Amino acid sequence: MVSEATAQKAPAEDAPVLIRMDGASKQFANGTVAVRDMNLDIREGEFISFLGPSGCGKSTALKMIAGLLSISAGEITVNGHPPGKGREQDIGFVFQEATLMPWATVFDNVFLPLRMKGMKKKYARDEVEEALASVGLSSFSGAYPRQLSGGMKMRVSIARALVTKPKLLLMDEPFAALDEITRFKLNNDVLELWARHGLTVIFVTHSVFESVYLSNRVVVMAARPGRVSRVVDLPGGYPRTEHYRTTPEYAENCRIVSAALEETMDNVDIDH
Amino acid sequence: MSTSTTDLTAPVADAFEDPAAEMNAAVERAARRERRMRVLMPVAALLSALALWEFLVWYNEVPHYLIPAPSLIAQTLVTDFGTLMTSMWFTVKLTLVSLLLAIVGGVALGMLFALSRTVEVSLFPFAVILQVTPVIAIAPLILIYVHDTFSALLICAWIVAFFPILSNTAIGLRSADHNLRDLFTLYRATPWQRLRYLLVPSALPYFMAALKIAGGLALIGAVVAEFVAGTAGQNTGLASRILESSFRQEIPRMFAALFLVSLLGVVIFLATSFLSKAVLGHWHESEIKREA
Ligand SMILES: Nc1ncnc2c1ncn2[C@@H]1O[C@H](COP(=O)(O)OP(=O)(O)OP(=O)(O)O)[C@@H](O)[C@H]1O
Ligand SMILES: [Mg+2]
Repeated sequence: MVSEATAQKAPAEDAPVLIRMDGASKQFANGTVAVRDMNLDIREGEFISFLGPSGCGKSTALKMIAGLLSISAGEITVNGHPPGKGREQDIGFVFQEATLMPWATVFDNVFLPLRMKGMKKKYARDEVEEALASVGLSSFSGAYPRQLSGGMKMRVSIARALVTKPKLLLMDEPFAALDEITRFKLNNDVLELWARHGLTVIFVTHSVFESVYLSNRVVVMAARPGRVSRVVDLPGGYPRTEHYRTTPEYAENCRIVSAALEETMDNVDIDH
Repeated sequence: MSTSTTDLTAPVADAFEDPAAEMNAAVERAARRERRMRVLMPVAALLSALALWEFLVWYNEVPHYLIPAPSLIAQTLVTDFGTLMTSMWFTVKLTLVSLLLAIVGGVALGMLFALSRTVEVSLFPFAVILQVTPVIAIAPLILIYVHDTFSALLICAWIVAFFPILSNTAIGLRSADHNLRDLFTLYRATPWQRLRYLLVPSALPYFMAALKIAGGLALIGAVVAEFVAGTAGQNTGLASRILESSFRQEIPRMFAALFLVSLLGVVIFLATSFLSKAVLGHWHESEIKREA
């Protein structure tokens, strides 16, 4: 555990760019500009957070990167390809809700991405079991989602996102609905998975503390229209363990990010 | 004081030596009791109702051409076994074939509706018209245009059973969670994979609910249509037996045929409920037994 945790570190400055957002914008059919002119380079191995108030376009940006929403203007490339056009195992996506198939067992839920690739169950067994083990749910492979707690469902969802060994993991407020103890635990789990598998993670969150704890860069977004308002670099504090939460550096980082977030709130009418 | 306390707790602690086993046994006992209740109670209620009926008929000396006693109905069932079974088989065939055709047609058209809004918008009015026009009102027309009586009856029963399957299949196929849809897009599911692993399982609870309704409706359609066709002669379903007995004032036979119609309805209900439980029991809220 400790040796894996010590592997955590921010990627080098010259690491290759994995995702390039170049003036990316999204306007919905009803006229809402959800994201306007987003410019961002995300390097391989980064753990980046999108932080912002509700409705500032975090999910929209994430879905554009995943290729689940079309881009209205500008350009996004993932690994040099337009979103959704690279090899399929390039992306793992964790939704805000666990989004499991209630009719399928935990095993079959995690097996789904491999099944879509045409893999037979008996050949996928090792990979599925490995993914389940990595989130500590090996003994629940035969259970149905309704038999699991909220935090366990979320971990199944993470296992499903990891089973194809993606290089890029997109997480949309995955722990927003969980209690603090479970959230802290899963935060540590995600950091460990990030370090162990050398992932690039984009993590959407409402929480200043979560973004500071997890990421080496926080993208602070503002609403109406959704846009990037500040990018805060947080290269220090590794390995990030519970101890990090008690350091002055963490407190200072939280203060900086909070201030950046408050700036974005100044010109917001709450009842939009 | 203190000694008496220990004396009292000693046997209690003994009884709960293995609390887990104790709990398991209790849970199992409760489950067994519940299963027994679910069979015994309805059977007991039905039997007492029959007994009461028998008693009231006997006690009040009600003549059998008004209300026959259950024992007389049972006797009629035995004496007229041959003709009644032929009629029963006719009605069973009619009901099952129409239900089968309703499933095939409803699912096929429902899939088409789910695939294409245009098709749905264009064809839905026809489905609604078929549904809202009482079958008893269309039946005479169908009997005029379709010469083969069985086919004509089949069409009537089919019309009644078809609509719930169609509308629920269409709604069910659309009901898949949109995040799950995104997930399937993300992993580049083929249309077939999407249908097989996402849309069909999502639609299944809706389909099962429709099947329960359509099963009963197919029987109603079959019986009603036969009543309308009754005067046309040569058909031999249970409804014709009821009509015929009513003309001849053979009330016990009428009750016997009626009993068989209800029995058929109950069997269809049980079969569809059982099927629904078998298919959805392991995951869907509607079929999961809640912990108290
Ligand atoms: N399908 C849609 N059609 C029209 N407008 C939409 C659609 N999806 C989102 N929007 C709008 O786009 C804006 C950004 O939405 P988005 O879901 O990206 O916000 P978010 O930052 O993820 O918010 P939250 O933190 O509450 O999830 C919102 O104003 C929302 O109303
Ligand atoms: Mg969102």
